[in-house]
Amino acid sequence: MLVYLPIAEVSTNLFVLLGVGASVGMLSGMFGVGGGFLITPLLFFIGIPPAVAVATGANQVVASSISGVLAHLRRKTVDLKMGTVLLIGGLIGSSIGIVLFRWLSAMGQIDLAVQLSYVLFLGVVGALMLQESLRAWYRSSKSGAKRRKLHQHTWVHALPFKMKFRVSGLYISVIPPLLVGASVGVLSAVMGVGGGFIMVPAMIYLLGMPTKVVVGTSLFQIIFTTAYTTIMHAVTGHSVDIMLATFLILGGVIGAQLGTQIGLRLKAEQLRILLALLVLAVCVKVALDLLIMPDELYSIRVAGMH
Amino acid sequence: MRALAVLLLTLAALPLMAARGTASEIVGALSQNRVSLTANFSGSEILIFGAIRRTAEELAAEENAEASGGEDYDVIIVIEGPRQRVDIWRMDRVAGIWMNVESQSMASVPSFYAIATTAPLADILSLEADGQYHISPREAIRAEQVGDGSPQALLFSEALLRIREDAAQYLSLERFVHVDQGVLFRTNVRLPANLTEGAYTTRMYLVQGGEVVSQYRTAIFVRKDGLERWLHELAYDQPFLYGLLALAIAVLAGWGASALFRLIRNS
Repeated sequence: MLVYLPIAEVSTNLFVLLGVGASVGMLSGMFGVGGGFLITPLLFFIGIPPAVAVATGANQVVASSISGVLAHLRRKTVDLKMGTVLLIGGLIGSSIGIVLFRWLSAMGQIDLAVQLSYVLFLGVVGALMLQESLRAWYRSSKSGAKRRKLHQHTWVHALPFKMKFRVSGLYISVIPPLLVGASVGVLSAVMGVGGGFIMVPAMIYLLGMPTKVVVGTSLFQIIFTTAYTTIMHAVTGHSVDIMLATFLILGGVIGAQLGTQIGLRLKAEQLRILLALLVLAVCVKVALDLLIMPDELYSIRVAGMH
Repeated sequence: MRALAVLLLTLAALPLMAARGTASEIVGALSQNRVSLTANFSGSEILIFGAIRRTAEELAAEENAEASGGEDYDVIIVIEGPRQRVDIWRMDRVAGIWMNVESQSMASVPSFYAIATTAPLADILSLEADGQYHISPREAIRAEQVGDGSPQALLFSEALLRIREDAAQYLSLERFVHVDQGVLFRTNVRLPANLTEGAYTTRMYLVQGGEVVSQYRTAIFVRKDGLERWLHELAYDQPFLYGLLALAIAVLAGWGASALFRLIRNS
């Protein structure tokens, strides 16, 4: 069954859209990630214009993060103060990202920029995650392994403008969280992702936040950053497709619930190895598209559209 | 069915029409002149039909020369979508990566173009007439106006034609126009699902000996309708409100889903 998408201006099969939403939702439920990094490239593959895919992807992340953050708020595992600092950084970053996006679009290089960012970030994060999870798996199979130090002092703790974050039990400068938030904001605007895959490791390793508040706090920041990004894309580029978003979200929320159930039955280490492999697979696929000579060297862009 | 009725009426009116006028004329009509893009739009089949109106002398001359056959008329039908400005980009390998390196703009090319004829276009239309009436796709996009008109620049307009033909946005339907008894003609053109809004001018040409004898123009109006129209207008006229609506749907769906599944699990 075909549906006509009013902003993307293409007709797409309804079940393909629901399927994309559901499968990404399932993965995000299993692994606890937003899924933006999967949904945007998948939308490219089914023929949605890149600008619409990125803007609508951001909108979809809002929906998938809301249910997650509600669960974390109930468990009181959200550091609202830290979240707010990250958010301020995020809004600044997103504004920069939107300007960057418009500029790259006008230069005809937005596809390349989006693809390169995917290769770079997914490659680095995927490789780190795989290494970390393989090591953890190896360690868990041997007993009496050495534990990580709870708290380490790094250059981060020497910066000015210190602030107390009670929930996280930290007393650090606001500059690193602002920078982390800002870089995630740029990614959200340019790649149509929430940026959790960057923020979570940064919060653990760079800011030294306790693991139990990391996911909830990052989700809290992601909701507001992607919400802001959605509005900005709608205002500056008219590129958010509500119709497309609604079908993706519909498939996504159902998929996420199924994914959560599956995730509960798998071991944490195995889950992380699977996620790392998935991230690397997407990275390789996008990289191949850049390296293999395309069938058609020319492409058409209609002025005033996406 | 209604189209057929109109066709029959046209047929009945023909002897009357033949009496007037000094030269042969073409008259035409469409099975529908409005297309609504709604949520379940998946393309639309349009029947284009009409008649060749001949002068009394011609009819008489033809009756005499029936055995020899004489020279027949050919019909060319063109449907042209709203014109748009396009940028055509060329990719090349830079440091091992395929990226856009060069572009040419074309100020005004049709978003959709279909040409249906009674015989191969090259056989029935002279190059001069094609140039004058802009009938073939190459003439319709004014291929020579790209860049400085150099062979390199022309590669871009060739690419435009190739890509749009592959995507079925430009259709060449040679020998798709059927003529009955040298008087009535008809053809079917399928409009694809990914149409741009606007007026689709429909031109019908009567050609003889490579020259255009008569032409007839009408239009098909394509517009978004219902919910699609409302959303599209909101997105462009009230983008901030539209963004808020998009967010509201996302928030409601996210919150609703989590509440619903919690309810199911608790019961």
